[in-house]
Parts: sequence; structure tokens; C-alpha cells
Amino acid sequence: MQVNEFKPKIVAFCCNWCSYAGADLAGTNRLNYPADVKIIRVPCSCRVNPLFVLRAFQRGADGVIICGCHPGDCHYTTGNYYARRRMTLLFSMLDYLGIEKERTRVEWVSAAEGAKFAATMNDFVATVTKLGENKRLEDLRCKK
Amino acid sequence: MQRIGVFVCHCGTNIAGTVDVKAVAEAMKYENGVVFSTDYQYMCSEAGQNIIKDAIKEHKLTGIVVCSCSPRMHEATFRKAAQSVGLNPYMVEIANIREQCSWIHKDMATGTEKAIILARTAVAKVHLNAPLTSGETPVVKRALVIGGGIAGIQTALDIADAGFPVDIVEKLPTIGGKMSQIDKTFPTLDCAACILTPKMVDAAQNENIKIYSYSEVSGVKGFVGNFEVTIKRKARFVDETKCTGCGLCTEKCPQKRVPNEFNLGMDQRRAIYIPFAQAVPKIATIDADYCTMLKTGKCGVCSKVCTAGAIDYTQKDEFITEKYGAIVVATGFNPIKLDKYDEYAYSQSKDVITSLEFERLTNAAGPTAGKLLRPSDGKHPHKIVFVQCVGSRDTRECGKSYCSKICCMYTAKHAMLTREKYPDTEVYVFYIDVRTPGKNFDEFYRRAVEEYGVHYIKGMVGKVIPEGDKLIVRASDLISNEQLTIDADLVVLAAAIEPDKTARPLATMLTASMDTNDFFTEAHPKLRPVESPTAGIFLSGACQGPKDIPETVAQASAAAAKVIGLLVKDKMKNNACVAHSDENMCNGCSNCAKVCAYNAISYVDKEFRMPDRTTRVRRVAVVNDAVCQGCGACTVTCPSGAMDLKGFSNKQIMAEVDAICK
Repeated sequence: MQVNEFKPKIVAFCCNWCSYAGADLAGTNRLNYPADVKIIRVPCSCRVNPLFVLRAFQRGADGVIICGCHPGDCHYTTGNYYARRRMTLLFSMLDYLGIEKERTRVEWVSAAEGAKFAATMNDFVATVTKLGENKRLEDLRCKK
Repeated sequence: MQRIGVFVCHCGTNIAGTVDVKAVAEAMKYENGVVFSTDYQYMCSEAGQNIIKDAIKEHKLTGIVVCSCSPRMHEATFRKAAQSVGLNPYMVEIANIREQCSWIHKDMATGTEKAIILARTAVAKVHLNAPLTSGETPVVKRALVIGGGIAGIQTALDIADAGFPVDIVEKLPTIGGKMSQIDKTFPTLDCAACILTPKMVDAAQNENIKIYSYSEVSGVKGFVGNFEVTIKRKARFVDETKCTGCGLCTEKCPQKRVPNEFNLGMDQRRAIYIPFAQAVPKIATIDADYCTMLKTGKCGVCSKVCTAGAIDYTQKDEFITEKYGAIVVATGFNPIKLDKYDEYAYSQSKDVITSLEFERLTNAAGPTAGKLLRPSDGKHPHKIVFVQCVGSRDTRECGKSYCSKICCMYTAKHAMLTREKYPDTEVYVFYIDVRTPGKNFDEFYRRAVEEYGVHYIKGMVGKVIPEGDKLIVRASDLISNEQLTIDADLVVLAAAIEPDKTARPLATMLTASMDTNDFFTEAHPKLRPVESPTAGIFLSGACQGPKDIPETVAQASAAAAKVIGLLVKDKMKNNACVAHSDENMCNGCSNCAKVCAYNAISYVDKEFRMPDRTTRVRRVAVVNDAVCQGCGACTVTCPSGAMDLKGFSNKQIMAEVDAICK
């Protein structure tokens, strides 16, 4: 058995109307995904400030995923389009800073896609685990 | 400094099975600001809520965290409990340790560890929660029903009976929907028209109901209690106020070769038409795709024969805007297209028909005046094969994975009626399973087999081959394990049903969610089956899932009850979690107003006192609480950080991020 197996810290921002409900459905259907994923509920994916993503990486998160309604299905009509644009910009900047593109992701998960939610999380955790610990943006002052 | 109480729910063994709830409650005692922490079997029960209420009073709690199921389930319950003892409901946070923890993990250690982190995250958030109050807006006491089938009619009648005005928007020239095409209804064999048409007339005569036929919803703005809907009234080239429905024009129109969609293209109608004799409203409509006058400018027969002078070739699509407090979706279903099911030779032979076409063939108002005749040669068929589950329970890409629910029963009805009218006809039904749950349904099916001698064969049809005037049906009998070949005269396919194709764009307009099959999703599959997760949108009939008529009517009335419950309120509580701009930080740049989908942000010139005691006027953003829906798009756009969202503030989310990454 491997000692001190690497367990990534994953922050998932889920919009209240689609993806959070999708995550609930994954639970209701007892679909497994790793416990490394911790979900933060936001009203809409457009509520996710790029600063939150930066903060997560600064605090030692190994991956950040933002889930929203499918394009065209946003509860607030256009929120997920804003999220998509902002995150595209942010992720390319993070890539420049040395945070691999695979550590960040935007996914569309509807309230009916419990299975997709679980599959997405499984895939994301596996990808981040392969990359290992995030060191690039970690603020050492945050480490005790 | 907050005084926080943490309440950990066992949810029977739902949570306690994979999370050590005692350990979670114990761990929370050492969190900053937590003065009380306990666990209980069912926090949502009365006893559980009393524990919370007592603790709030006893320990003077200023904020609470309930570690339980999803906030989508019981957030409102716990907020109400807190409010009843004087704690602001927005000081309650839920840590979702059931759907997002205990139910997805199998290992106690993992589950407990994650539950502690989730609880800690919620505690960190509560520290920064502030009491919020929600404003109120008046409710528009008028409802809109989209779709004029039996579901829409029933919903509208029930709402109108309660004294509220209702508008029905129907895309076709008449209300009535699919039920108007059906001949008899199972399991009582009532004549569909006899029970439907009086309701259609009731709807037309009810002074609270307004019917917009041949119309579509083209835009929806606003929110629960205050929707603003744009309705497109398609040009029917007939003045509705003048047309008497005499039908003379539909007899004289020289363009006779238009496929009659009411009879599913099995006969022809004129370019100006009234869909069927009992249509409501009984007004003629010109089909612009076929009308010679509209296409070439030469004809005008209908306008010459119309004594009422109702024909108006210059009519244009008209858009009207109305305000509604609630919207009911009743868009219904359609049978799927069978062009991908070549094995049944549907597109090759006229004598392979769908069940709905069979319904028209046996209907007295249908193309054959109720005589069961083959569409190809008009001869009476002596051997009929019914094929069940065509496209239903079919996991291939062209099929539908779900059970269409109604086909077993209507096929039993068709088989029974055929045997009753024509005892010389042999009837075969091929099925995977016969599903007859429902009052008197199984008795009905057994009568078909036992009294009427219908041959039910378990097995699927592999191929239908047209040969001469016969249809060779190759099938397997799974019980006797034999290959069968039947030379049938008529093959009837029980095509799967799917939501109407207008439902998807409508869902986008209403921001109501749909499942992967394009059926509307309900707010809760068991406890809130007639409401959409989007407040103010209600679901009626087959747009939510396959349903037979009794179920549709039941759901239609249930939706009406929910609408009435909304419309009797004079005022609606607004969302309290709205955006708020800090006027000291706002620089009036307008970025927030540009991203706001609701036009909730405006700008005012405000006087500010400067340090040197002079005053200066500055432009600042102001959020209209009644209009803001709380998405938060503006908060991220704001370059100065002045805009924040109550209940999901920057600091709160940052605190959550920190707690997770700790």
C-alpha cells in the first residue's frame, strides 16, 4: 500500500439551479465520486469572481472547477456566458503563470445530469491527481 | 462576534450510516465562535426543530449551521424555525452532508472527514452572514396557460372558476389538442369528443378565460408574480371578430390538395380551413403555404363567398404584451417520427400506420367516417398486427429510453374495439411487457385477451415486408421460442411519445429546466410535482412526462390549485439575496448595468461630503431590490469592488474557499 497517497484539494463552484441540483441528484442516485471535491454553492456561475479561483490556488487548492447550466439554459438567461468568458481569460492567464490548464475547468451540468456530475468529478480528480500538488501559486504564508 | 450553534442530523441512517455524526458535532465545538453543538436523529422533525429553537433561545445564538440534507430540500424549514424564535432566517446556513457526502461515500472515515470540512465551511460562512429582510412586490392577478389541450383547458377552467382571469395561448387554430383526435378513451371507452368538446365550449364561454388561438409565446420577461409575456398572434388572414364559422369558404376554396394535419395527412383539406367541426374558436384560417391568392395574388374566392366580409389578405403577424402573475406550461406531446424505423416499413407502405392514425381511421369524424379501411386500397383488413414499444424503451440513439406509458392501454383499446366492430378480424399484439398500472386498467387488458380473443404475443417484430397487398410480419414468440410469420393486412405501430418540439425554446424563454429527454423538470419529483424549479412556472400534463388523460387532468387541476395559491396573495416576498452597491466605493462606471439581465441597476447623482467640508455630486449605482434576481453577474464585473451580493458576499465565499483549503 502506498503511504501518504496524494489527495488533491478540489474546490467546485456550483450554480444553485443546475449544477448544485445535479450534484444533489448524483447523491440521490448514490453515484460515487471522490471526497476530495468540496462544493461551494453560488447562485449562478457568473457569481464566481476570478479572485475566488486565485484565492483557492493561493490557499493550496490543487484544482478548481466551475459548473453551471448549459449554454442557453441559464436561470438568469445569460449568466453562464459571462462565466465562460471570464474563466477563459482567467485560465489562459493562470496557464501563463504556470498553473496547468488541466487544473481548471468549466463544465455545464444540468439538474437532471447527476451521472454527468459524478463522471465529471471522477475525471477531474483523476486528472488533478496525476498532476500532483499545486505549488506554483501557493502562498507559503498560508501554510503553518 | 457571532454565537453559532451547530446541529448535526442523522437523517435516520442516511447520514449516520457513513458519517460519524457524533464526531462531527464534537469537532464543531472547537470551531471559532461555536458555542453549542449537538446531533439528533431527525433535525427536520418537530422535536428536532424544537432542539434548534430551544438552543437559539438558551444560548442566545446569532447564527446556526444545520448539517443535514441539501439546502434545496430543507433550507426553508430551518429558516422558518429560526424565524419563529426571533432569529433572522438568513442567519441559517446548511452544510449538505447527505446528498454531497454520506450518500456518495461508502467509507466512514472519508465521510466523516468530509462532513467536518463541509460543516467548518458553513460555520466560516455564517460568521459573515448578516440579517437580511426581503421587500414585497404586488402580484399580477392573471395567469397564462401555454397550450390548449386537455391539460391547458382543465387548468384554465379551474383557475377561472376561482375567479382569476386566465389566458390560453394555443399554437394551432383551435384548442383541444391530441384528445380531440382520439376516438375513445380507455378504460371506460367514453367517447373522447363527448367529454372534451363540452370543456372546450366551457373554456370559450367562461368570461374569465381568453383564448389566443393560432398564437405563440415569443418572449418572456420578469419573474414570479410579475411576468411580462409577448404573444405572437400569427396572421390567419381572417378577421376573428367578423368570422361566424359558417364554413362556406372552406367548401368553395379551389385549392383542395392540402394534406389535412388533423387527420395526419390521410385525407385533404382546403387552403382555407376549420380544423374540425367542433373547433373552438370556430374561425376559419388561411394556410399561407397553399393559398393561391396569397402566393400569386389571383383567386380571392373565399373573400367573394364570405358574407361576413371577414377575409383579410393583408393581415400581418401581431405582437401583444400582457402581464401575468403565473405561467402554466401545458405544451403536451407528439408521437416520434418513424423515419428511422425502416424495419417496420412505415415509409414504404401506406398500410403501416401509427396508433394515432389508427385512432383517426376508427373515428366517425375521420377520413373514412369511422370505417376501418386500409389506407392503400380502402379494403377492410382481416388481419391486423399491433407492434408495441416502437421507439419506447429503446436505448438506441433513434429511440427513447423511457416507457411512453400510454401505449399498452390504447393498444388494448384498439384491439378490443376492432374485435368488437369486426369480429371477423384477427388481431395480434406484439409486446415486450404489458404495463397496466392504473384503476381498472389490468381488468381492461384482460378483457381484451379473454373476452375479445386478441392474440397477445410476447416478442418483438423483427421486420415488416410489403409483398403484394399483404404485409409480411416476421417476429419471434419469446415464450414458445418460435419464429412467426404473419401475412397481415394492416400493421399499427405504437410510436413512442416525446415532448412537443416547441417546449425546448419555450423552456429557454422561461428559464425553466428540462431533463435530457426535453420533458420539463419538476421542483421536486415527489413533493412538488407540478411546479418547475423556476418560481411562478407550473407544469401541466405530458410536458412533464408521459401521461394518460386521467393523470393529465389530475395534474392540470393540481397546477391550477398551485396557481390559485399564488394569485390570492396580494404581495410576494422578494428574494432577499440581492445585489447591493457600496456608494462610497462606486465610481459610476455603468459596467454593472450593462451585464444586468433584468435592468435592475440605475444611476443617481448623489451628494457626498468631502473631508474639506465641501460637497461634491457623484453618479452612483442603485439596485432595485424588487427587480434584482440575485445572480451576481454585476458583482464580478464591478472594477472597484463596490457591488456585492447579499447572502453570497465576496467575503463569505472567500471564507468558504479558505475553510475548504485549510
